[in-house]
Amino acid sequence: MSHVAVSKTYKLFIGGAFPRSESGRTYQARDNKGDFLANAALASRKDLRDAVVAARKGYTAWSKATAYNRGQVIYRIAEMLEGRRTEFVELIMISTGASAKVATAEVDAAIDRLVHCAGWTDKLAAVLGSANPVSSPHFSYSAPEPTGVVGILAPPGSPLLGLVSVLAPVITGGNACVVIAAEQDPCVAVTFAEVVATSDVPAGVINILTGRTAEVAPHLAAHADVNALDLTGADAELRKSLEQAAAETVKRVYVPKGVPDFAAAPGTARLRAFVEIKTVWHPTGALSLSGGTSY
Amino acid sequence: MEWEYSPAPESSAIADIKDRYLPFIDGMFKEGSGEDRDTVNPGTGERLSTVSTVNEADIDRAVKAARRAYEDVWSPMPGAQRGKYLFRIARSIAERSRELAVVETLDNGKPIKETRDFDVPAAAQHFFYHAGWADKLQHLGLGPAPQPLGVAGQVIPWNFPLLMAAWKIAPALAAGNTVVIKPAETTPLSILVLAEIIADAELPPGVVNIVTGAGDVGSTLVNHPGIDKVAFTGSTAVGRRIQRELAGTGRKITLELGGKGANIVFEDAAQDQAVEGIINGIFFNQGQVCCAGSRLLVQESIADEFVERLKQRVETLRVGDPMDKNTDVGAINSEAQLGRITSLMNAGIAEGAELWSSSCPLPKNGFYLSPSIFTNATPSMRIAREEIFGPVLTTMTFRTPDEAVTKANNSPYGLSAGVWTEKGSRAMGMAAALQSGVIWDNTFNRFDPAASFGGYKESGFGREGGPSGLAAYLNTDDEAVLAPARGATPLNPRGARSDTRERAR
Repeated sequence: MSHVAVSKTYKLFIGGAFPRSESGRTYQARDNKGDFLANAALASRKDLRDAVVAARKGYTAWSKATAYNRGQVIYRIAEMLEGRRTEFVELIMISTGASAKVATAEVDAAIDRLVHCAGWTDKLAAVLGSANPVSSPHFSYSAPEPTGVVGILAPPGSPLLGLVSVLAPVITGGNACVVIAAEQDPCVAVTFAEVVATSDVPAGVINILTGRTAEVAPHLAAHADVNALDLTGADAELRKSLEQAAAETVKRVYVPKGVPDFAAAPGTARLRAFVEIKTVWHPTGALSLSGGTSY
Repeated sequence: MEWEYSPAPESSAIADIKDRYLPFIDGMFKEGSGEDRDTVNPGTGERLSTVSTVNEADIDRAVKAARRAYEDVWSPMPGAQRGKYLFRIARSIAERSRELAVVETLDNGKPIKETRDFDVPAAAQHFFYHAGWADKLQHLGLGPAPQPLGVAGQVIPWNFPLLMAAWKIAPALAAGNTVVIKPAETTPLSILVLAEIIADAELPPGVVNIVTGAGDVGSTLVNHPGIDKVAFTGSTAVGRRIQRELAGTGRKITLELGGKGANIVFEDAAQDQAVEGIINGIFFNQGQVCCAGSRLLVQESIADEFVERLKQRVETLRVGDPMDKNTDVGAINSEAQLGRITSLMNAGIAEGAELWSSSCPLPKNGFYLSPSIFTNATPSMRIAREEIFGPVLTTMTFRTPDEAVTKANNSPYGLSAGVWTEKGSRAMGMAAALQSGVIWDNTFNRFDPAASFGGYKESGFGREGGPSGLAAYLNTDDEAVLAPARGATPLNPRGARSDTRERAR
């Protein structure tokens, strides 16, 4: 007797756990030919709020972790993804109709993107920060710090590489995130959440919701405990209304200048978009040790 | 024994205030088509001069002049040459520093010792610092040839009129942009003297344009379709509105907004130094500073003693004629601002906080307020949450460092914070834990063009000063994008796919 396949229930990823939507709603994910692929959770406003609460908790742990530790954890995500390479290639082929070659290239690029970011965590301060030669007897330095909780609208089209390309720079900077997965590709996003869940990423640092972007995103953009938005996955009309909502709490907003080519080498724009430069001053003049004057 | 100071007034003749000032567009001072506005000397409450303001057509003319200058002259010019113009401006500001200080004090109301020793020299230094960057942009870590953005629309506040002009104009020009800048309606004079310096420096026409008027002029400017970059310093309410209005335009924005800075004093602090720092934090420029330390958090074990010392020292501050070289606290910038401060103070009294004010005598004419301290305040009171922008300190206490951090960070703002402790590890730890763009350990209100300045949270985004301040005026968008010719849309880069269907259970 042949094996009857056990199909997976695709749920949300909030605070390190995989809950169903509190609304009980689902929607049907379909493959490239329009055939039924799986039921995915249709996230609600309440799910979004739970995810933001989880992200704020995750942020507390993640932003205090050392840069070296954050790099190791992001590298660990790459390791876990490498281990499930075949599964992702098949899932991308089924979801998008991509050839094996294209799907494999996408998975490989996603792994490489994570490795690239893993090496950035302990270089950001050197590249974006500065020792400031101020003209008074003070030691002054500027260094990047994470912005906080970042809301991300993941782009459609390349379900894994697109997701990793927007998510990795955000957590590299020490932020936590709430990702609204590309509407058409919930299965790849939730499977990636399984990778995250087994990669030593503290609970809440990455939260992934599936469902209708246009339904959930306005609540994300208006949420007062979200500090920044990445609107890569929003169309022009949605972008404008989300940017308007974001202005109410002066959120930082990243909007790419076109459709990003995620296969190209990443620059630093996404890393820069989600850090704050903090400048610290301290007197040096006491006892003239600095060679300066005596105050 | 009674110790009295004799008056030591600076001469207002040095300012050579004209009866009428004109906007500066395309290299020329020309009558604007808006209505005239009088500018008032806050120290006396009397009219100082009249300023011609601009209308929409004038703004359009200024933006077009800036565009022409950007395309024809300024952005093609080698950085080394651009830099020399900025060096010239820096030198001229220093040469006319005494005049500028007097103009600023007469128009703004801040003490002459502040304009003389801080505002004007710091403005000159900003031009000098950024002049040197003009031919070194390739060393910023933004690629081999960072590109300017185009025409910058800039709106500045009345609290540091000349210095804010320098903060805005110098980095924009060094990076290769041209500017249209609007000063605040109550303080237009010093930037128009700067315009004379700019004209004398033979800066090409249209590189810097100065449009005068009130908030409507600023709003028209930042929304003008010919602007590529917007930089605003002012209130969070207006900053929010600008961000909302510019939604969807892709225009790069820098917002430097309000604050409610916490100044935290631990029981091991050097108390006399801390007292001086707290006073600088809230009474410098009459507290009309976005990064003012308007919340004092003092450790409970020393609170009574410390607040008593603080009051004794505040009692010695000399409040009065801004032109007097001995004056510590000058005039509030306008009658309207004085009204806003006193209204928030009344809310503090109504909510049950205890108000103490210095007994210093105040001049009869002009806009003055005694330096004031609220005690018995709680974090939920309006005086502990809202920016007061005046010489009024709100005092609260804490027991543990964690509580200090929680209370300090319990604000939608995040611009500045101060920490007073003799323990080095605690100072550095606090600096890391406080969510503010600038942290002053055992000092306060320090500024330098080499050190970037700007806010966390609702205090705004983007930086001014230092390498990150220059990045705000350069194209930093290095993400590769797909050629649009492939028929891709942002939501369907690979073409149409079958729709998904929703099913409620």
